[in-house]
Amino acid sequence: MLYFIEQCLNGVQLGMLLFLLAAGLTLVFGIMDLVNLAHGSLYMLGAYFAATFATVTGSFVLAVILAVLASLVAGMVLEVVAIRRLYDRDHLDHVLGTFGLLLFFNELVRLIWGPAGLTLPLPREMLTAVQVIPGVYYPVYRLVIIVTTLAVAVLLYGVVMRTRLGMLIRAGAANREMVGALGINIKLLYTVVFGLGAALAGFAGIMQAPILTVQIGMGENILILAFVVIIIGGIGSIRGAFVASILVGLIDTIGRAFLTDLLRRVLSTNAADTLGPALSSMSIYMLMAAVLVFRPEGLFPAASR
Amino acid sequence: MTASLDPTLDAPPQSALLTPRTALIGCFLAVLALLPAYPLLTGDAFTLTLFTRIVILAIGAVSLNLIMGYGGMVSFGHAAYLGIGGYAIGILAKEGIESGFVQWPVAIGASALYALVVGALSLRTRGVYFIMITLAFAQMIYYVAIGLDRYGGDDGLTIYKRSQFGGVINLNNNTLFYYLCVALLVGSIYLVGRIVNSRFGLVIRGSRSNDRRMRAIGFPTFRYRLVCFIIAGALCGLAGALLANHTNFISPAMMHWTRSGDLIVMVVLGGLGSLFGPLIGSVTFLLLEEGLSRITEYPNLILGPILLLVAVYVHGGIQGLLEGRRRA
Repeated sequence: MLYFIEQCLNGVQLGMLLFLLAAGLTLVFGIMDLVNLAHGSLYMLGAYFAATFATVTGSFVLAVILAVLASLVAGMVLEVVAIRRLYDRDHLDHVLGTFGLLLFFNELVRLIWGPAGLTLPLPREMLTAVQVIPGVYYPVYRLVIIVTTLAVAVLLYGVVMRTRLGMLIRAGAANREMVGALGINIKLLYTVVFGLGAALAGFAGIMQAPILTVQIGMGENILILAFVVIIIGGIGSIRGAFVASILVGLIDTIGRAFLTDLLRRVLSTNAADTLGPALSSMSIYMLMAAVLVFRPEGLFPAASR
Repeated sequence: MTASLDPTLDAPPQSALLTPRTALIGCFLAVLALLPAYPLLTGDAFTLTLFTRIVILAIGAVSLNLIMGYGGMVSFGHAAYLGIGGYAIGILAKEGIESGFVQWPVAIGASALYALVVGALSLRTRGVYFIMITLAFAQMIYYVAIGLDRYGGDDGLTIYKRSQFGGVINLNNNTLFYYLCVALLVGSIYLVGRIVNSRFGLVIRGSRSNDRRMRAIGFPTFRYRLVCFIIAGALCGLAGALLANHTNFISPAMMHWTRSGDLIVMVVLGGLGSLFGPLIGSVTFLLLEEGLSRITEYPNLILGPILLLVAVYVHGGIQGLLEGRRRA
């Protein structure tokens, strides 16, 4: 039972990270109608920025702040230089163009930081574990991830729902021509939204960096997970992205932790050991396929936000 | 805009025999036919290996072009068929069944079956949802392959013997194997040409332009599209079988999602919905990759922006460029 609670916390933590990625992806998707395969590259860049700034400044917190700002700037520059030119093309051209960007960024990182991975050491006070409920010890840093990403999620919700910028973002998702016709500088809005998405993706990479190795291609598999999240949640819906992130995080983590043991009760050990990991890796894709077949617009279609 | 959505419909009349396009295609075919002479003259065996690989992946691109270019079904999981075809060969070889007369039909049949299941579920969706659901299924197969501990799991599996075809053809002869691949490529281009110009193909192309109208005039387009999807899957499964025989090795990396991305790039680069586009695209893409990696340590630093430029500025890929169709 205690192990189960710990795994649930891990699932929530993965879910929150996915949300950071998916929020930016779903905004860009919903508003600019852009399929952005390079979103994972921004996640990777965030992690590399953080590792570099940590070495330069010696402070973890300072490195995080600087890296988020750097991701924001990188995203806005990317939008102005390249992404902007793809908006009026079809999805296939988006795939081609952003796939090119993905190759480019992987190579750029190899050129600048070299092929070997980097590590981002944590400050000492975050290396301990605390007792969250009697008997369950949980690493402080993972709790920090949950709390900060939750704070970011709340902040994002506040921005989208309560500010003028958020109003424009929602209006842009509903009808971008109309927003443009009403005299809003739609180009600037797009740049800001893309930069925001990049900063969120970068932040996800930064938070993940101390747990995993910072390496080339680290954004590729998690990008696909983020796509799964926004399809399940409904394209363009922040709330849907939030719910789907937690769902995907929990299913993935708990499946990995318990499915093999469960299967052992009904199958031979050998079969369970083979089937368990495969099935648990597949589970979220099966969920997504089921959602697409039965509710093609996702759990929270953008129109009902 | 509606007319130019389907490049096949507003292509220039076929009577102009010597256009830059036909000249280029002629050159490509001539080079492919004469290529084995090059290693004979220079002793450079690598070129033949490289081109065998290019020809095999071109078959995959031709298959993807059938559904994506003519049918408007953007499959982002096409590498799964390469994997299924390859794993069919690898698994049978490991279990001691080395006859190609068994292996190849199994590879093609398994791919077709997978295409039937995936198509039946995913063809209900459209646009970006279709892209994502095909990707999701491919990811599932990818993780299944990683889970196959008996067949190498994550590390992959070496195939010690190429498919045995009795006395018919010896695949261990690299030149013969290359010509077999070229013949299959030409055959698959011919097949796709026949399909898209048949009544069946007209339904597929019509459904791409306006599915609702096709259904309104009485075509059960879902069935047509599903059959087309299965044909493409089977064809790409064949490419997978060839690839496994070529490299003597299979691994989950064959169907990593970036592989599916590569195939899309080849088709779009060459020219969507044109018969020879996938061939031009795969030769260009893979040669560019190879060439750039010889002159610089960081080839993708150049290749990536080229893809972006093609996506932004070129309408209809290299084929479109040759026909002078540029975006206004």
